Amino acid sequence: MNTNRLQHYRSWRGRRSQAKLAVILMFVFSLISIWSFSDGLTASGGSDPGVLSPTDPALVLARPSEPMTPAVEKQSGEKAKKDTCVQCHREMGDELAAPVTAMQHDIHYQRGLSCADCHGGDPTEEDMDRAMDPRRGFVGRPTPQDIPRFCGKCHSNAEFMKKYNPRLRVDQEAEYYTSIHGKRLVQGDRKVATCISCHGYHGIRAVSDPQAPVYPTNVARTCGRCHANAGYMRSYSIPHDQLEKWQASVHAEALLKKNDLSAPTCNDCHGNHGAVPPGVTSVANVCGACHTRQAELFRKSPHKPAFDEMGLGECLVCHGNHEIHHPSDEMLGVGDQATCVACHSEGEPAYQAAQTMRQMIDQMVRELNQAEALVDRAARAGMEVSRAKFELNDAHDKLINARVVIHTFSVDELQKVVTPGIDTAKKAHRMGVEALNELQFRRKGLAASLVVIFLAVIGLYLKIRQIERPGA
Amino acid sequence: MEAITKHGWLTWLNDRLGLDPLIELAREKEVPIHRHTIWYYFGGMTLFLFIVQVTTGALLLLYYRPSAETAFESVQFIMTEVSFGWLVRSIHSWSANLMIAMLFVHMFSVYLLKAYRPPRELTWVTGVLLFFIVLAFGFSGYLLPWNKLAFFATKVGTEIAGVVPVIGHFLLRFLRGGDEVTGGTLTRFFGFHVAILPALATFILTVHVWLVQRHGMSVPPSVERQTQNVKTMKFFPNFLLRDAMGWLIALGALAALAALFPWELGEKADPFAPAPAGIKPEWYFLFMFQTLRLLPSHILFIEGEVLGVLVFGLGAVFWLLVPFLDKESIRGQRERVFTFIGVVILLYIAAMTIVGYLS
Amino acid sequence: MPEVETRRRRFINFLLGTSLGATLIAIIYPIIKFLVPPRVAESAASSVVAGKVSELPPNSGKIFKFGSRPGILIRTPTGEFRAFSAICTHLQCTVQYRPDLRQIWCACHNGHYDLNGRNIAGPPPRPLEKYVVNIRGDEIIVSRG
Repeated sequence: MNTNRLQHYRSWRGRRSQAKLAVILMFVFSLISIWSFSDGLTASGGSDPGVLSPTDPALVLARPSEPMTPAVEKQSGEKAKKDTCVQCHREMGDELAAPVTAMQHDIHYQRGLSCADCHGGDPTEEDMDRAMDPRRGFVGRPTPQDIPRFCGKCHSNAEFMKKYNPRLRVDQEAEYYTSIHGKRLVQGDRKVATCISCHGYHGIRAVSDPQAPVYPTNVARTCGRCHANAGYMRSYSIPHDQLEKWQASVHAEALLKKNDLSAPTCNDCHGNHGAVPPGVTSVANVCGACHTRQAELFRKSPHKPAFDEMGLGECLVCHGNHEIHHPSDEMLGVGDQATCVACHSEGEPAYQAAQTMRQMIDQMVRELNQAEALVDRAARAGMEVSRAKFELNDAHDKLINARVVIHTFSVDELQKVVTPGIDTAKKAHRMGVEALNELQFRRKGLAASLVVIFLAVIGLYLKIRQIERPGA
Repeated sequence: MEAITKHGWLTWLNDRLGLDPLIELAREKEVPIHRHTIWYYFGGMTLFLFIVQVTTGALLLLYYRPSAETAFESVQFIMTEVSFGWLVRSIHSWSANLMIAMLFVHMFSVYLLKAYRPPRELTWVTGVLLFFIVLAFGFSGYLLPWNKLAFFATKVGTEIAGVVPVIGHFLLRFLRGGDEVTGGTLTRFFGFHVAILPALATFILTVHVWLVQRHGMSVPPSVERQTQNVKTMKFFPNFLLRDAMGWLIALGALAALAALFPWELGEKADPFAPAPAGIKPEWYFLFMFQTLRLLPSHILFIEGEVLGVLVFGLGAVFWLLVPFLDKESIRGQRERVFTFIGVVILLYIAAMTIVGYLS
Repeated sequence: MPEVETRRRRFINFLLGTSLGATLIAIIYPIIKFLVPPRVAESAASSVVAGKVSELPPNSGKIFKFGSRPGILIRTPTGEFRAFSAICTHLQCTVQYRPDLRQIWCACHNGHYDLNGRNIAGPPPRPLEKYVVNIRGDEIIVSRG
């Protein structure tokens, strides 16, 4: 035993009393939890229907969670018994036990892998030195530079990965080296992200696990740990406000507030393992994955060759990149917030066209709003307006379509969809008017019949007075 | 008689139908005039609203379709596509509620004025039976639009019937037509609502009205004691014209309510949806519902709910037999206990209804 | 004096007669209108005539009104009729049939559904609600299942 090892061993012994205490505490805790659980069982054994039955979800949830049993322990008890890495590290406590604790949630551990499968060494060996002998393949803690290859040992091995899930990809490592992160890592930059920066280590969860740092709703925060950290990013020439900007965007709202997992977060545009800023030409492809029609129309529009020539990035010229707001009609036309006037100035035919297109959309919105207000009024008054609502729905669809067709940047094309849209809105408006007329008719009918009834009551009253008048 | 026989066609009819006894009855019938005369109008008012119910109900039958798949849609259809369907349906709903309200007033006024004294015991008994039938009308009719609220109110209501000791389970299955509230229950309630209950009501109502005509209006004991000779007015035309005035006002009120506050249809019932929060029965059942809700789960060795249902059952029997139990009134003596009971019941119902609405 | 009395009596009788007559009309008129058969013979909320067999060749689709909401009726390339709610489960746009893809498609965010209404690509989180299709003569009748 060399001196280094000896110190290690001593400190380990010093920790043993702490470890013992921890074991005793754990034992007591599990006793308590077993006792409280069986208590619940006895109570529910009675015939009182007011108490939860053992199969009741409320009770199942209240049950103390059992420690995760790795598949491997169940399959081959032999190997598990011999996992000396887990045994020793658990007893040592503190940071040396941390990997064992964290491992319980680890997807690898759950699928039957354990320490030695990544770190090497011999888990069947009782003796620490022999178990962690580099000659037996022990790697210990990899440096950042080694990590992609460390994970790639399995993850780049198609033959190996097939055993777990034939649909898993195996190109992450290769892709990583094409990313800015990967390239800088090779150049010796130890600050860049590697596998573990995003996926974590020891407690690595599946990407589909909502608690995983790479689950869609968590991605932005995970990237932001470095990219939104001004101090950390100081030595690089890129901004650090992307997270903040993205969080103000329509996409963040969809993803984080509405929980719409299809809404794009960092990796949807930048890629994940191959993370790079998307090039000017690929931006539209990224946006066009969901916004197909806009992309399609844009590509046929006169803007496409013009933007290409100027080296402008299609969509983001008008819509921006991280902070993409819900587009408004204000973006069209020649007003303050209009994006058209950034390039086109008064006197140009395009300037005129922008103005005309804005007027067309505005008119459509006006017609639709008026019709909507009218139909709502009729609905509030208790009238049946399902037909009008159907037309309104249709008009609304046509407005959405018209806003998409703006991407042709052609007044004629827009006119083709605006005219039928306005017609539909007017139709709904007419139905609303009819419903309100019907309401007026009802009110007038009521008033007329109330007058008649009132007169009849007066008549009856006079008649009674007449026949009861003394001497009548 | 002269005035009537002047018209040739009446003579012709009279010769064939023999209307003389009826005409005689109408001519001779007199209504006492005193400070409680106002209460005499409520029976007629209830009858008028009942006729409105029969008329609008018969009209609704033309378009209503009693099955889980079509009931809601057919009521929606009546409200939207059939001309004046909205009016007919809203009047049917409003009139039902007004009728029950008028019935409460009529019943309690009769009780407190001790109009059930001999020889009017059977008038009271048939009246109370009509009251129960009207409640059954309300309960069965409420489900027919097959909307969410009605569905769950029926579920809860029939569950309460299931609490009755011994026959509870049978009663629940009898009402629901099975163990659950289903489309079968709807068809069954429809049968109750438009055939069985109307048949019973028509029969008992005929007896009730005939008894009223036979015995005339009862003069309250308090009035009898004070004045020897109570003034009277002729039933026809004096009293009937006043009645008609009330009916016309009720008609106007119904039209206004139906036109300005159309009865809502709500959402279609979905047996698999969770019960909406704050399910409440119609207001006339609320006092019973609220009582059962406030009762502790156990009173002595009986379940609170069972006890509540039993007490209401006994209360109904008591109410039916009041004319035979109130011995003092039978002997013509001044009676306070039953008046007190009546007032307590009235206050209890009012209080529980208010509590039910506020909670 | 008796003449005034007679005139008064006549007036009251006239008032009573006409107003009661008018009230009667106010009651009878809605009843008669109620009895007149409405435009459509039965309620359309549970089932609706969505189209005609002859207007829909195979591999085509159309939008129809179902209550106050749109439905989509499609005829598959093999000639079968199917109907779904036309409201995209993503952000409630109206979907359409794409003969080129042989799929139901939502233009708003490129959502795709197969011919069973299942969401197969793009943002839609759930399948489209499916309706029952029956054919009566040339009429295609769609109803809620």
